[in-house]
Amino acid sequence: MKELVFPFDSAYIMRKKRGLRKELLSDGSVRIKKKIAVLGGSTTDHIVSVLELFLLNFGIEPVFYQSEYNKFYEDAVFGNPELDSFSPDMIFIHTTSRNLTCTPESPSETAESVKSRLNEQKDIFKQVWESLEKRFHCPVIQNNFELPLFRRSGSFDGWSTCGQAAFIQRMNVFVSDWARTHKGFFVNDINYLSSVLGLTKWHNADDWYLYKYAMSTEVIPELAYSIACIIKSVYGKNKKVIDLDLDNTLWGGVIGDDGQEGIEIGPETATGQSFSEFQSFLKGYKDYGVLLAVCSKNEEENTLLGLKHPSSILAPDDFVSIKANWQPKDQNIAESADELSLGIDSFVFIDDNPAECAIVEGQLPAVQTVPMTSVHDAMYALSRSGYFEITSLSADDMHRSEMYAANARRASQQKQFVNYTDYLLSLDMTAEISGFEPVYIQRVTQLTNKSNQFNLTTRRYTENEIQQLSTSSDHICLCGQLSDKFGDNGIVSVVIGKIKGNELDIELWLMSCRVLKRDMELAMLDELVKQAKSKNITELNGYYYKTAKNNMVSELYGDFGFTLIKKDENGDSVWHLDITDYKQKNKVIKTKEKELIK
Amino acid sequence: MNTNEIIPRLNEVFRDVFGDSSISVTASTTADDIEDWDSIEHINLIGAVESEFGMRFKMREVSGMKNVGEMINIIAERGK
Repeated sequence: MKELVFPFDSAYIMRKKRGLRKELLSDGSVRIKKKIAVLGGSTTDHIVSVLELFLLNFGIEPVFYQSEYNKFYEDAVFGNPELDSFSPDMIFIHTTSRNLTCTPESPSETAESVKSRLNEQKDIFKQVWESLEKRFHCPVIQNNFELPLFRRSGSFDGWSTCGQAAFIQRMNVFVSDWARTHKGFFVNDINYLSSVLGLTKWHNADDWYLYKYAMSTEVIPELAYSIACIIKSVYGKNKKVIDLDLDNTLWGGVIGDDGQEGIEIGPETATGQSFSEFQSFLKGYKDYGVLLAVCSKNEEENTLLGLKHPSSILAPDDFVSIKANWQPKDQNIAESADELSLGIDSFVFIDDNPAECAIVEGQLPAVQTVPMTSVHDAMYALSRSGYFEITSLSADDMHRSEMYAANARRASQQKQFVNYTDYLLSLDMTAEISGFEPVYIQRVTQLTNKSNQFNLTTRRYTENEIQQLSTSSDHICLCGQLSDKFGDNGIVSVVIGKIKGNELDIELWLMSCRVLKRDMELAMLDELVKQAKSKNITELNGYYYKTAKNNMVSELYGDFGFTLIKKDENGDSVWHLDITDYKQKNKVIKTKEKELIK
Repeated sequence: MNTNEIIPRLNEVFRDVFGDSSISVTASTTADDIEDWDSIEHINLIGAVESEFGMRFKMREVSGMKNVGEMINIIAERGK
């Protein structure tokens, strides 16, 4: 919904939220349901109602629990039957500097006294986080702390022993340290948010006295959006590709008219410098697993000339797809999506021409467009929009671009073979299939949350759940890594089976689309059967739950040789396989026993 | 600004905030007349009226308004 896309009109959202909610709930979208507990240190009602709108718009249908006013500590530490039975999937702790109860009071306090205050304050929050972890094993989002608007002593307040702002900054370091050392703990950076909006706008003492809102009600949509971005990122709903125009987007000028020597990029001019900064900024996204692509109305030859400019920071190799032709841009984006096996909704498109943005928006509403009015504006939009909000970073993320490039090389090799099996053999593939070893927990969790197409049940798991499954004796958990002569694809497939006597219910079967048609699913099935047999299991039960995106695997179990037991009207199906006489199916991938990493 | 200019704009705000296009406010309308007008929606209403008319209510006004008429009087004085 356009009204809920960054940059949004906060006042409009606050005013129209009932109508917007009604519209979202009746738009027919399929959404994942999540239970979110909001533990507040101040009023949270409107924060929750606006958060609901943004989450609905991100494809998540939330149910909320809200603590009684300022009962975040009691709920977390002493528990609460209502919260226990709610059993949250995620917890948001809405505390602010208003909840810092141990701040120094007088400039006569010694450094020791302030230090003990700080420790006391840290202990309060530590208790909250540790109790929640013990009780719920679910992701926790914690606000850090905003700076005060009022400073009795001016700049002194920011650095002196007794300063309030100095105390807050030390608490913020503590919160970040905790986040870095505790999985599933995320910081909602209201220190940044209040700064970027301005402390004079953020704070409104009247709203505190009247309603006990710890910030101005005007900024509630900004706050709610920031939380929503973290939540949707945890559930794998980030964008994945930045698709870029070239002329006046990656460099100044028009390469077709101005030639390689005429475009502005590099240190010589102010415009050239701005585009250099933009290119560096974009290139940095690659290390976070974001893919870059080109979509430009140009001759391909000119495109390459521009990207090979001696001052260009981005080179042709940095892009996983380059579409430079005279076709409509929406067609090019759709083709790139197809080639990369990605959904249209994972694309962000940046163009300086508002008409191109409008056409793409009109033809492909799922694509997010960013108008390139200036380098400054585009960098701001990318920074604030949360399209690429990071909540976990796996080694795979940092190499994603290379993996896609290797895929392109595989595709060109495929053309040389007439027989597909010969091609597969030529890839010299090796699979390593293991349980959920500690080093894989993060990647496995990430895959369960972002795989949509090759995913039989589309069950989403939190990191804590995957952790628990990894040591469960009632489950068989497999994750498979696939490498070949062009490179390592990393962990690409996850299977979870629940043991019920001599039967195994396959609760999850997914695979990354980057290894489609490589027979990796057969290697996984072989291993699953092998492990099942070793546990005296004789039958496998497979389930297919139809979604808008997973049609490609509707017949997977049938292809594996399972028997169809039941097919519902909504497209869901149940399958069965007796494995007593199972014959190994994979013939093209070598399998290797995993060397356990200690 | 006079009451005749204020009422239609104010009415739109009420309709948006309470999500009810049948609302028609008058000077004598009170919270009892609109089903969803509770203390939480009051916060939203005040914010929406403030941004519609480019003004701020004082704290005492927010908690002391008895009916829409009093709201209109304040808007007439300071609204844009």
